[in-house]
Amino acid sequence: MSTHPQSQRRLHAKGFYDEFPRKGGTASRATHYCAGCGHGLLHKLIAEAMHDFGLQDRAILISPVGCAVFGYYYFDCGNVQAAHGRAPAVGAALARCLPEAVVLSYQGDGDLGSIGLNQTLQAANRGERMAVFFVNNAVYGMTGGQMAPTTLAGQKTVTTPNGRDVETTGHPLHLCELINTLPAPVYIERCLLTTPANIQKARRAVRKAMEIQRDRRGYAFVEFLSPCPTNLHLSPLDAAKFVDEEMAREFPPGCLRDRTAEVAARPAPPPLEPLTPADIEAVLDKCVAVPAPPGLDPDFGTIRIKMAGFGGQGVLSYGMMVAGAGLADGRHVSWFPSYGPEQRGGTANCSAVISGSAIGSPVLSHLQVLVAFNQPALDRFARDVEADGLILYDSCLAEKPTTTTARALGVPASRLAIEAGLPKAANTAMLAALACSGACRVASERFSDMLAQTFAGKPALIAANRRVFAAATEWCQANLRPE
Amino acid sequence: MGVRLVKGNDAAVIGALYAGCDAYFGYPITPASEIAHTAAKLFPRLGRVFVQAECETASINMVYGAAAAGKLSMTGSSGPGISLMQEGMSFLAASELPCVVVDVVRAGPGLGNIGPEQSDYNQMVKGGGHGNYRNLVLAPASVQEMCDFMIWGFDLAFRYRNPVVILADAVIGQMVEPLVLPERVAPPPDTRAWAVQGTAETRANVVTSIFLDFEVLEALNRRLAEKYARAAADAAAENWRTEDADVVFVAYGVSSRIARSAVDELRRVGVRAGLFRPKTLFPFPGEALNAIARRPGMRLVVAELSDGQFRDEVLMATRFACPVSLLSRMGGNLFSVEDAMAAAQTAAGDVA
Ligand SMILES: Cc1ncc(C[n+]2csc(CCOP(=O)(O)OP(=O)(O)O)c2C)c(N)n1
Repeated sequence: MSTHPQSQRRLHAKGFYDEFPRKGGTASRATHYCAGCGHGLLHKLIAEAMHDFGLQDRAILISPVGCAVFGYYYFDCGNVQAAHGRAPAVGAALARCLPEAVVLSYQGDGDLGSIGLNQTLQAANRGERMAVFFVNNAVYGMTGGQMAPTTLAGQKTVTTPNGRDVETTGHPLHLCELINTLPAPVYIERCLLTTPANIQKARRAVRKAMEIQRDRRGYAFVEFLSPCPTNLHLSPLDAAKFVDEEMAREFPPGCLRDRTAEVAARPAPPPLEPLTPADIEAVLDKCVAVPAPPGLDPDFGTIRIKMAGFGGQGVLSYGMMVAGAGLADGRHVSWFPSYGPEQRGGTANCSAVISGSAIGSPVLSHLQVLVAFNQPALDRFARDVEADGLILYDSCLAEKPTTTTARALGVPASRLAIEAGLPKAANTAMLAALACSGACRVASERFSDMLAQTFAGKPALIAANRRVFAAATEWCQANLRPE
Repeated sequence: MGVRLVKGNDAAVIGALYAGCDAYFGYPITPASEIAHTAAKLFPRLGRVFVQAECETASINMVYGAAAAGKLSMTGSSGPGISLMQEGMSFLAASELPCVVVDVVRAGPGLGNIGPEQSDYNQMVKGGGHGNYRNLVLAPASVQEMCDFMIWGFDLAFRYRNPVVILADAVIGQMVEPLVLPERVAPPPDTRAWAVQGTAETRANVVTSIFLDFEVLEALNRRLAEKYARAAADAAAENWRTEDADVVFVAYGVSSRIARSAVDELRRVGVRAGLFRPKTLFPFPGEALNAIARRPGMRLVVAELSDGQFRDEVLMATRFACPVSLLSRMGGNLFSVEDAMAAAQTAAGDVA
C-alpha cells in the first residue's frame, strides 16, 4: 500500500472518529492516504453528509478491498469490511436484514468494475437499497498501479508498460452508462474530485445519494473520477489535471438519472417477531402425517419396492403413496427418486422401502416388488426382482416378461382408468393392484386413504381417483388369483 | 405436530426455521436445489429474507453480510457451488461470523455428475479456503438429522462464532423419510456485542478480517486454534453394535446407512460387526474411535464415497492402532450391502 508517513494528511470532519486508534501507529489523527489522493476527500464528503443528515446511528459503511480497505478507521458509524468485489452482495444482505439501516458501499474501479462487476450489476438491477460510492482512479491503487477496467487507452501502468492497447486489453469500462441501462436505480451521477467547483458538485451528489438512503427510496450510484498521484507518478496538481482533462474526456461528468422525485420514500417495515412452532406448521405443505413415529417389529421384515415408467405417469407420487401407506400402517418407510436430468429425459423411477425396523440404504438393488408402468421399465428392472418377488405391470403398455421367475401380473391399468373416466389415473389403478396383491403387507385401506392426502389440494380429483381405485380393486379381485 | 413424510433437502429448511433462521441466500444446483425451492416458498411467508443470488460467490457474501448483521443466515449448494464459496468461508471464519452452509455432495471432480459422493470431505472438513481456519462440520444420516442438525448447527455457529457445514450427500438430500417436527423454535441469540446492525447500540462495532500487524494476526490465528480445540467437547458419534464387535465400519452419511444394514446382515451370519458413525466430522470424535481401535484384534473398515479422504482422518485419529481397510465407490455409485459385508469379512480374515 502506498503509505508514506511524511505525506499523511490530517483529516477531520464531522462524521469521523475524533482519533483513529484502529489505525494504530503514532499519527493518531492522520489517514493512511497519499497526498493528493481523492479517497481522503471523498471520505470527508461522505462522513459529513452522514453526520448532517443525522444518520451515523443508522449507517453501515462497507469498506472494499483496495486503498479504502480501512474505511472503518475513520467513519464513525457501523463498519463492515468485505472481500474483493463483494461489497454489493454484502450490502444487499445488510439492507434486507436491517430495514432501518442505511447501507453505504464504497468501492474502487478494480473492486467494482472488474472482479465485482457481476455483483455490481446484479445489485443495481435488483435495486438494492444502498448508496454506491465508486472511486474511479484509472488504476489499481493498493496493489501498485496495475491496469484497471477504467484505465484509459494508451495509459501506461505496470501491467500495460507500453500503454493500454485496447485491441488486446479492451476499452475503458463506463460503469455509470452500464448501470444506466438498468431500470431499477433511482439516481446515477458522475463527478470529479478536483477543482473546488467540481468538489462542490461531488458534495451535492453525495448528499443526494445519502438522502435517498435516509428515505429508503432505493439504489443510488455515484462515480468519482479521482486522482492517484502515487500510481500515475504525477504531482498532486498534475494528477488532478489528468483527471480533469484526460479522464473527464473519456468519462463525461454529469447526472445520468435522477428519479428521486418519482419514487416514494418508503417507511421501514415493523421489526419481525420470533417464530412459534404454530407459525411454521401453518406454512408447511400438507403431506402424509401420522401421530407417532413407527415402532419396532423386526418380524415384519423389509419390503423393497421399485416403481418405474415415463415422466408424467405419476410414478414418483405413486412411490410417495406407497411409502405413506406404510407409514400410516405404523412401519418405517423411505422413498428415493431418480432426480435431475434423468427425470427430464422422459423416464422416472423411485424406490420405496417398508420395514419393521430402521431402514439402511434407501437405494435398492434387490427388489421384492416391481411396479412397471411401461415396457422400458420392465426391460430395465425385471432382472432385479428376487426369484420369489412380484412384478405388477400395466398390460396395456407392456408385454408379460419371460426372463424372470418372479410372479408377473398384468393389470390393464390404463384401460381401467379410461373406463372409470379419469384417463390420467392409471397409477391409481396400479395402486389398487398393489394393495390387492398384499405384497406390501400393508392394509388395503391405507392405500386408498392416500388418495385423499395426495389430492388434498384438488378435492374434485379425490372422488374421481376413488372411483378408479374401486374399479381396479374389483377387477383385481375377479382376475388376480391370491397367492 | 406428529410425524410427516419429508424430503431431506426440505427438512433442512424446516430445521432452519425452527432454529430461528432469518435469511436464505442461494443459487440453484442439483442435487441441492429443493433447499432453495422450499426456502423460496416458506421464508417470505414468514417474513424472513430469501434472495436467489446471482452466483455462489454472491450467496456466501450475502451470508457474510447477514451474519455481520448478527442474523441467522444460511445457504445450500453442491460441489461446484461450494468450491466458489471457499473465499467467503475463509472471510466468515476470520471475521468470526456464524452461518450454516448445507453441502449436498454430488460426484466430482469438475462438473462430475449429480449422483451421490462424499468427496467434498477434504474441502469442507480440512479447510478449503485460505488460511488457518476450520469449519465445524456435521454429517446427517437421515431426514430427521437434516432437520435436527440445522438447529444444532446454528447453535454451534453462534456459540463458537464460526461457519458450520452440514455435510450431506445426494441420497440424504433427495430421500424422503418420516420427520418428527421439533417442539420449539430456538430463541434468537443476543448478538449486539459484535454485530453491525445500524443502531446506536452497535455503532462502534466493526466486522473485518484484515490485520496488518503480524502479532495481531498471529494472535487471531491462535485464538481460532484455541476455539477449535475447545470445540472437541462437542464431538459426537453413534455406536451401533460395537460393544462386542471384532470388525467395525467407520462411516458417515449415506455410507453409514448401508454399513448399518451390512452390520445386521453380518450378525445374522455370525460375524461380530459394528458401526462407528461420526455425527461431527470436525470436531472429529477421535477419542471414542480410538477406544474401539485399541481393542485387541480390532479391524476397522472405512466405508466412504470418496478416495480415502475420510480413511486418512481415521488413520490419523487411531495412529495405526489397528488395521484399517477402505471400501470406496465414486462417480455417483454406491457400494451395496453385499460389498460392505464382503469388505468386513475380508478384514476380519473370515473369507468364506
Ligand atoms: C480475490 C483477490 N484478488 C486480488 C486481491 C489483491 N488486490 C487488493 S486491492 C486490489 C485492487 C484494488 O484496486 P481498486 O479497486 O481500483 O481500488 P484502489 O486501490 O485503486 O482504491 C487487488 C487486485 C485481493 N485482495 N483479493
